[in-house]
Amino acid sequence: MEAFTTHTGRAVPLRRSNVDTDQIIPAHWLKKVTRDGFEDGLFEAWRKDPAFVLNQEVYKGATVLVAGPDFGTGSSREHAVWALQNYGFKAVISSRFADIFRGNSLKNGLLTVVLPQETVDRLQKLVEADPTAEVTVDLVGRQVRAEAPGHSKLTADFELDENARWRLLEGLDDISLTLREESSIVTYEANRPSFKPRTLEV
Amino acid sequence: MGRTLAEKVWDDHVVRRAEGEPDLLFIDLHLLHEVTSPQAFDGLRKAGRQVRRTDLTIATEDHNTPTLDIDKPIADPVSRTQLETLRKNCAEFGVRLHPLGDVEQGVVHVVGPQLGLTQPGTTVVCGDSHTSTHGAFGALAFGIGTSQVEHVLATQTLPLAPFKTMAITVDGELPEGVTAKDLILAIIAKIGTGGGQGYVLEYRGPAIEKLSMEARMTICNMSIEAGARAGMIAPDRTTFDYLQGRDHAPKGEDWDAAVAYWKTLRTDDDAVFDAEVHIDAASLSPFVTWGTNPGQGAPLSASVPDPASYEDASERLAAEKALEYMGLTAGQPLREITVDTVFVGSCTNGRIEDLRSAASVLEGRKIADGVRMLIVPGSVRVALEAVAEGLDKVFTTAGAEWRHAGCSMCLGMNPDQLAPGERSASTSNRNFEGRQGKGGRTHLVSPQVAAATAVLGHLASPADLSDAAVATPAGV
Repeated sequence: MEAFTTHTGRAVPLRRSNVDTDQIIPAHWLKKVTRDGFEDGLFEAWRKDPAFVLNQEVYKGATVLVAGPDFGTGSSREHAVWALQNYGFKAVISSRFADIFRGNSLKNGLLTVVLPQETVDRLQKLVEADPTAEVTVDLVGRQVRAEAPGHSKLTADFELDENARWRLLEGLDDISLTLREESSIVTYEANRPSFKPRTLEV
Repeated sequence: MGRTLAEKVWDDHVVRRAEGEPDLLFIDLHLLHEVTSPQAFDGLRKAGRQVRRTDLTIATEDHNTPTLDIDKPIADPVSRTQLETLRKNCAEFGVRLHPLGDVEQGVVHVVGPQLGLTQPGTTVVCGDSHTSTHGAFGALAFGIGTSQVEHVLATQTLPLAPFKTMAITVDGELPEGVTAKDLILAIIAKIGTGGGQGYVLEYRGPAIEKLSMEARMTICNMSIEAGARAGMIAPDRTTFDYLQGRDHAPKGEDWDAAVAYWKTLRTDDDAVFDAEVHIDAASLSPFVTWGTNPGQGAPLSASVPDPASYEDASERLAAEKALEYMGLTAGQPLREITVDTVFVGSCTNGRIEDLRSAASVLEGRKIADGVRMLIVPGSVRVALEAVAEGLDKVFTTAGAEWRHAGCSMCLGMNPDQLAPGERSASTSNRNFEGRQGKGGRTHLVSPQVAAATAVLGHLASPADLSDAAVATPAGV
């Protein structure tokens, strides 16, 4: 996984709640067997509408998505995270993320930042007022910062559990970390009851 | 202090616990399908790793598989490649696979329980959010992403963040004609699509204890639709009776040891849940969705809500967008909504009891002109059982299509899809925009409501069929 320390880029406001992973990447894209090439499928149905925010010239090249509450609900498809990354997003900010989506994002180095809804609203207004405003998502300092002329400077601290943060900052591979503890797995396996199910043909 | 069911199962699977780190949990059963596994196997290959426990891993083909002409080559080359990739990966890594055409093939969450692999007190994962289904057995079961699939393949464990517990107590008794599907849709409408975030739900109370295993699976299946990490029901005699004699259920002394352990898997009387919700079963009636997320539902007897009635701005906006997408107007009675297609099937409602329930409504009746009805058994075993009971004849005589097992119209990955603008009554789990096909409009319903809707051509319950009373099969 690529490490995430701090990122500064322009942001795009997505004023919708309950954006499910079927909207982020529709099912027919899931037939691909790679982790790349999903960028054209990102929000595919909504992008057919010229007025959709991602189609607006001013938000071209934005790398931070400022989304409504309950982002990433529904299907567990990690393709949703890959699609956001393939398109160029480095971070997503929302007041609430669905659990599986959040887990998937942090395993791929897409930083999902939880801020209070009120702060998300302010940030959306700020980047709507000035689409050229730069937003910094700083994982080292656990802070989001944004500034635009005519708006008071926005500074918001966020929380992320220390272990997840460390893995992101270092870009660590979970499997290698777990395999350092292989002896614990072997011990656990040796003590499992014999009645536990096995999948071998009977 | 006592522990909840979820905490007991969690504690029994901790491989390693260290300060400041997530617990490392052992995974008893890993289910695979073609959609979320190819990139995980690729990862193993690149790192030179093997599948650690092929004896705890099993794969089936379901999302991409067609439900017609299954003996012919799959028409869509991309779908074909994905299925062939699963076959190649399972052969290379030694994983048991039930491919299209096999007698054990079917929707992954139907196959696991019917083989007896899903057992109380186990941890079950799959790269599929509806893995929550298996919680009906008192298993801690949850959907994972592809990175985690690779992690489980390589280590048979997962590092997991702690969860909170929520009790959903359903008091009283479900009225006649009100099913598990109506109950779970009402629960999701009550707590919201984000209401379960971070929680493992435990469904309990007299109305839950009375439910059959199939009905319990319908409930737990849709836990993810409330945003929950997992949903569970304490195992009891109903659970043990369902399991006994199944291919992979424990036998002989192992059975006795297993049952003794399973009986300990109840929330202690002095355990404390982080949150509690109470539902009065007697107050419920058939429930349907009108919007584009599973929380946007209402009793069938109600009308399409007015977005202006929502105080919360984001809910109001969501309702406005939903009505626009669904082509509905505020105040329209739900019973007046006409449909083009009715789908009975999926990991939510594709089991034998669901088919019996739909058939009991369709027996001696015809579906309305211009309505297309698909009946898709959840697995080949379910199909064989239905045929043995003559249910397929009931369906085809009524004018419905009897199909081969698979995910079918639950999601737009195979040929069974809605055309743009088409409207369905569907026993599946998600009414998201485009879920059943680009531009398609979905109303989530129970199998009974699906069948009555097919007969009348508009959203309806069996009670709306004037010609005869319809018996409710017990326990559904």
